[in-house]
Amino acid sequence: MVEAMVEFYQTPLGRVVLDFSFCLILLVVLLLSIAFLLVADRKIWAAVQLRRGPNVVGPFGLLQSFADFLKFVFKEVIIPAGANKGVFFLAPLISVTLASGAWAVIPVSATWVIADINVGVMYLFAISSLGVYGIIMGGWASNSKYPFLGALRSAAQMVSYEVSIGFILITVLLLVGSLNLTDIVNAQQNIWFAIPLFPMFIMFFISALAETNRPPFDLPEAESELVAGYQVEYSSTGYLLFMLAEYMNIVLMCAMTTILFLGGWLPPFEFLGFIPGVFWFVLKVCMVFFMFAMVKAMVPRYRYDQLMRLGWKVFLPLSLLFVVLVGGVVTIWPDLIWADVPAAM
Amino acid sequence: MTRAVAIFKSFLLLEFITAFRLCMKYFFKPKPTVNYPFEKGPLSPRFRGEHALRRYANGEERCIACKLCEAVCPALAITIEAEERDDGSRRTTRYDIDMTKCIYCGFCEEACPVDAIVLGPNFETPTETREELFYDKEKLLGNGERWEREIARNLELDAPYR
Amino acid sequence: MSFVAIAFYVFASIAIAGGLLVISSRNPVHSVLFLILTFFSTAGLFVLLGAEFLAMLLVVVYVGAVAVLFLFVVMMLDVDFVEMRQGMMQNLPAGATVGVILLFELLLAFGARSAEGAKSLEEIAVGQVSNTRALGNLIYDDYFLMFQTAGMILLVAMIGAIVLTLYHRPGIKRQNIAAQVARTRDEAVELVDVKPGQGI
Repeated sequence: MVEAMVEFYQTPLGRVVLDFSFCLILLVVLLLSIAFLLVADRKIWAAVQLRRGPNVVGPFGLLQSFADFLKFVFKEVIIPAGANKGVFFLAPLISVTLASGAWAVIPVSATWVIADINVGVMYLFAISSLGVYGIIMGGWASNSKYPFLGALRSAAQMVSYEVSIGFILITVLLLVGSLNLTDIVNAQQNIWFAIPLFPMFIMFFISALAETNRPPFDLPEAESELVAGYQVEYSSTGYLLFMLAEYMNIVLMCAMTTILFLGGWLPPFEFLGFIPGVFWFVLKVCMVFFMFAMVKAMVPRYRYDQLMRLGWKVFLPLSLLFVVLVGGVVTIWPDLIWADVPAAM
Repeated sequence: MTRAVAIFKSFLLLEFITAFRLCMKYFFKPKPTVNYPFEKGPLSPRFRGEHALRRYANGEERCIACKLCEAVCPALAITIEAEERDDGSRRTTRYDIDMTKCIYCGFCEEACPVDAIVLGPNFETPTETREELFYDKEKLLGNGERWEREIARNLELDAPYR
Repeated sequence: MSFVAIAFYVFASIAIAGGLLVISSRNPVHSVLFLILTFFSTAGLFVLLGAEFLAMLLVVVYVGAVAVLFLFVVMMLDVDFVEMRQGMMQNLPAGATVGVILLFELLLAFGARSAEGAKSLEEIAVGQVSNTRALGNLIYDDYFLMFQTAGMILLVAMIGAIVLTLYHRPGIKRQNIAAQVARTRDEAVELVDVKPGQGI
């Protein structure tokens, strides 16, 4: 029986079935954890502001997200009269598809990764640069002023910060010598990149905030100026999907920070190695997410020109400088490339 | 020179760390939130909430249909029709308050010579339909019965200041 | 038919259909969206060829940045393409000529390449080297000068664009963030003991 199953999983059809079930498991776990991270986000924000946050549904309000989910699903879908229907519905779908698609290459543990592709970092970068389409399409298709303004802001913001994210990625890649995410984590066996590349780590974190439209860079959905930006005309499931995509992207950025700078699934100390890597990965992602939530509570929103100034006049030159610096160091002392990656396959 | 020091300091993220520490302090502080549907804050005896029509201890309704409240109501929310009852006393046949118009000013309570119409302590009056907010005499008398203890106590507490 | 062949035909047909829809759809924004679809399917074709780095570059650069700017401009300008199409038949001969010339040049280029045998990616990638590394070797070793020249041209173009559009308007109040941040409490706050009835 067991042998027959093993044999089946080696056939092409079996492999497709296997991959599909892996994807399904990942997606379910991801969605469940996002449900709880959403509550955590609200709780942390509330705690800093001396509020209690959601505390009615389930113990300590843990099931709030599920209540919200049901509420969104059962609400009426409203389509604005002047909306471009096809694009209007396509936008949230694209957002969610891209956000969940990026998770395919994230190595949760040394062997737990659905697609261990050679250009993992590039793939993540490409997917996150596509995330802007959901927003820009949604904003345009709503045929309304606030969503359109929100979409334009978002597009400009994400394109600008992608540039600095790209350079920050390059500094990491210079140290690793490979685009594969598993290689990047393995290269941090001796020291996490957050320590030698500390300024890059901070800049990546801030750029990630801007990339995911989180406060203090939540200009695309600034409640006080644009009501909710590109989401204004969305109701029911459309809004739910946008929300889901946003949080998926946030957790993705947390995972990326963990993998690039905090050593992924590696334990902080050698003697803690008996605890499985998944635990460390999840713990680190949760800690980064905690910082995401704290920043939301701590920092007031940036003005739009300040945002652009930070992106183009501070982060871009700084990250470029670091690319040159790290490149120079790696050229002069090639031994500094921490772990030996076998000729980058 | 000071500029350079300032720039260097900004790289140390000192301000961010200060803010983070402050936020963590508040993070662990006890929360002053009143957990509303389960906990409620104290209400003054003078609180002006939902209306109620009161009865005397013997069960006779207090209202004598003098229509002072109808006259004083600035929002024109009260409608009263009166007729002589079988025993010869003057009573209302209709006492309606349009709660969608009412501004909870409390003038009706002040105008009432017999303490019949009062604004009780209940503030949880939302309904699912608009029609439910057009209170009639039956509803108001019902309110009076339900809230009599609280209303009587509030009137007693507030009496020295009237 | 192998799985790769099926995937190739799917991507190729989507790319061609997308390309046709780019020039035929009435709404310019839809055109740009179809253009993105075409880019995307082309990236898929690159992946099928084993050039996943190029595919990702295509997505990052063209879909992630260039097409966003396209979309930006098209959305903002609200171009009426139907009106522009009025005189299409008159311009058709000129357009067709340009197209034929381009096709001829492409054929010429590929013909010359196969005849001369210029260094191709596959030759570099022979052996145990990933195509990312092969591409790097090709650009930074063999064609280093051309790469640098291209970069210089782009730099000059960028500076030119900035110089053309940049002008300083005098008399505008600007924010000096460094000065604002550098302000201390001592400079910013003055405590005054106000006598009652006198004011400051």
